[in-house]
Amino acid sequence: MSETDTKRPSQLFRNLSAKIASVPMILTAVFVFVGGTAWTIFYSFTNSKLLPRLNFVGIDQYERLWAAPRWQVAIENLAIYGVFSLVFSLVIGFLLAAMLDQKIRFEDTFRTIFLYPFALSFIVTGLVWQWLLNPDFGVQAVVRSLGWTGFDFNPLYNAQIVIYGILIAALWQGTGLIMCLMLAGLRGIDEDIWKAARVDGIPTWKTYLFIIIPMMRPVFITTLVIIAAGIVKVYDLVVAQTSGGPGIASEVPAKYVYDYMFHAQNLGQGFAASTMMLVTVIIVVVPWAYLEFGRRQRG
Amino acid sequence: MRFGFSRAVLAASVAFCVTAPASATDLEVTHWWTSGGEAAAVGEFAKAFDATGNKWVDGAIAGSGGTARPIMISRITGGDPMGATQFNHGRQAEELVEAGLMRDLTDLATKEGWKDIIKPASLLDSCTLDGKIYCVPVNIHSWQWLWLSNAAFEKAGVAVPKNWDEFVAAGPALEKAGIVPLAVGGQPWQSAGAFDVLMVAIAGKDVFMKVFGDKDETVAAGPEIAKVFKAADDARKMSKNTNVQDWNQATNLVITGKAAGQIMGDWAQGEFQVAGQVAGKDYTCLPGLGVNEIISTGGDAFYFPLLKDEEKAKAQEALASTLLDPKTQVAFNLKKGSLPVRGDVDLNAANDCMKKGLDILAKGNVIPGTDQLMSQDTQKQKEDLFSEFFSNQGLTPEDAQKRFAEIIASAD
Repeated sequence: MSETDTKRPSQLFRNLSAKIASVPMILTAVFVFVGGTAWTIFYSFTNSKLLPRLNFVGIDQYERLWAAPRWQVAIENLAIYGVFSLVFSLVIGFLLAAMLDQKIRFEDTFRTIFLYPFALSFIVTGLVWQWLLNPDFGVQAVVRSLGWTGFDFNPLYNAQIVIYGILIAALWQGTGLIMCLMLAGLRGIDEDIWKAARVDGIPTWKTYLFIIIPMMRPVFITTLVIIAAGIVKVYDLVVAQTSGGPGIASEVPAKYVYDYMFHAQNLGQGFAASTMMLVTVIIVVVPWAYLEFGRRQRG
Repeated sequence: MRFGFSRAVLAASVAFCVTAPASATDLEVTHWWTSGGEAAAVGEFAKAFDATGNKWVDGAIAGSGGTARPIMISRITGGDPMGATQFNHGRQAEELVEAGLMRDLTDLATKEGWKDIIKPASLLDSCTLDGKIYCVPVNIHSWQWLWLSNAAFEKAGVAVPKNWDEFVAAGPALEKAGIVPLAVGGQPWQSAGAFDVLMVAIAGKDVFMKVFGDKDETVAAGPEIAKVFKAADDARKMSKNTNVQDWNQATNLVITGKAAGQIMGDWAQGEFQVAGQVAGKDYTCLPGLGVNEIISTGGDAFYFPLLKDEEKAKAQEALASTLLDPKTQVAFNLKKGSLPVRGDVDLNAANDCMKKGLDILAKGNVIPGTDQLMSQDTQKQKEDLFSEFFSNQGLTPEDAQKRFAEIIASAD
């Protein structure tokens, strides 16, 4: 006890220069991020149109938001896109990483190939996949020209499955990064653990599932947050690939925010929508923070 | 949001480069006229303005109004105003005017007698707020046109229709011949615009004004509009195989005879002209869908932000009167394919379709454009509804009408 008591005052001054250096960033975070967020939430209760105005209307903007069919479609799309993109990025990313970890030849080459799409922006990715999935020029046309004339693969012009067309492009772009993170995690596992498992005669798949993956927990949590943040802010991919179409079938929340703020000149409605997006992010981040920091304190 | 900000920063930095070395009489003018015909038309303005001893600094913003307006607005509200800027006349700049960011042109307008020369008067009315004039209308663009490909009807073996009903009747024959009967691009404003055109043609001027002017929800939910939704239902069935996004791609389908018709504003005419097609021979135009020969008088106008610089303020005045000069009006509108805002100019060089438009204008069969009647917010909600309606055959006309009435009820 007495030891911790003497330690405490020194905590504040430890790494003092580092703390001073981070003051600008702390100020930025407080005033720009927190301040901007508070301002946005505050004005989402007004009927601001083109310019912010202090004319309070209670929760009218939220009522209108949740009554709007386009917002409902957007939320539904986000849920579908979110679940599938989370599951598939993790599964595909981990499988690719596990395969690369088998000490194969040309590992660097494969790693570069898989990671390459990540170097492209979402706009470029979207345009590329818009052409690939176009029924008259892309995959469908190629397969048909090879003789399978009944082949039908036209996701971008079918309202029911258009979100999966976007998902394909997103996975192509993002899985490489997840693979690299996973690979780093796998390389961080001590060789001795593998040796011990082999000595005990545990099959490889069981070693992965019950020993390696639980040990990679911090990597998984970081990956999860990166994927989740990417899901919530998906915007440019949709704009480039479908611009929300056909009709409103591939709308996403971020696009709703932009369209209502700037095209419809209705700031109040856009603020309400972005506040709802913030709520989604909080739902994702709070459990993560609890797991990460709560655990550390207990430990 | 990220985009808006980065664009604003980009715009601001561009503006800085442009205006820094400028002398006092340079005036930066922002607009979104970037296609071939549009750029040629705006060149006429620049030429005329340069002739007054000032210098037109072109601030074209690519990507059509939807992209350009947020940039213009953030520049004006952000304290970096340009010398003059384009908007569609109507309510797009309403709040900027209310906030006192725009220049009052009333003195110049009374001196030059704008009230007497600008026809129809509704153009100047939508530039007016509390009795003061804030903008200069430069052209009239009307939405109410059905463009038909003569070749497509020949191929299908049916006569070129003279009105909407004949067109709908020709639909099955066209489909049999492998032609898309009606081209509607995927951009939301196209389907919303097509519906407004159908409304004027089928329900008439009074209903249009009651719904969009008075925002009367009982009329919007009533039997007249139900008929319009029925027609829109026909339209979406006829258009379901249009796999294009942009309006000019849809127009191109009509030009090449892959589609038989398109409901689009008179700006589509420029595309036919560029393709070397002749009105009456290669294509046919039906104003008001051949049913009700009424055209709307939306269009473009120039607004002048309030500037502190005296010299620039003088240049703004010079620009305002140049824009309305009879010679400039003729030169500009012939290239743009739109109608002039003055009734007293001579447009001999106009083609058949433009002459039809001028006739209707002279008869006074005009309605205000939807941009003049409704806020951007309401317009956007309408676009959302109709882009869904045209792409989702599962949304019944009855349900869509219910939602339409709700939008009108909350419209402003």
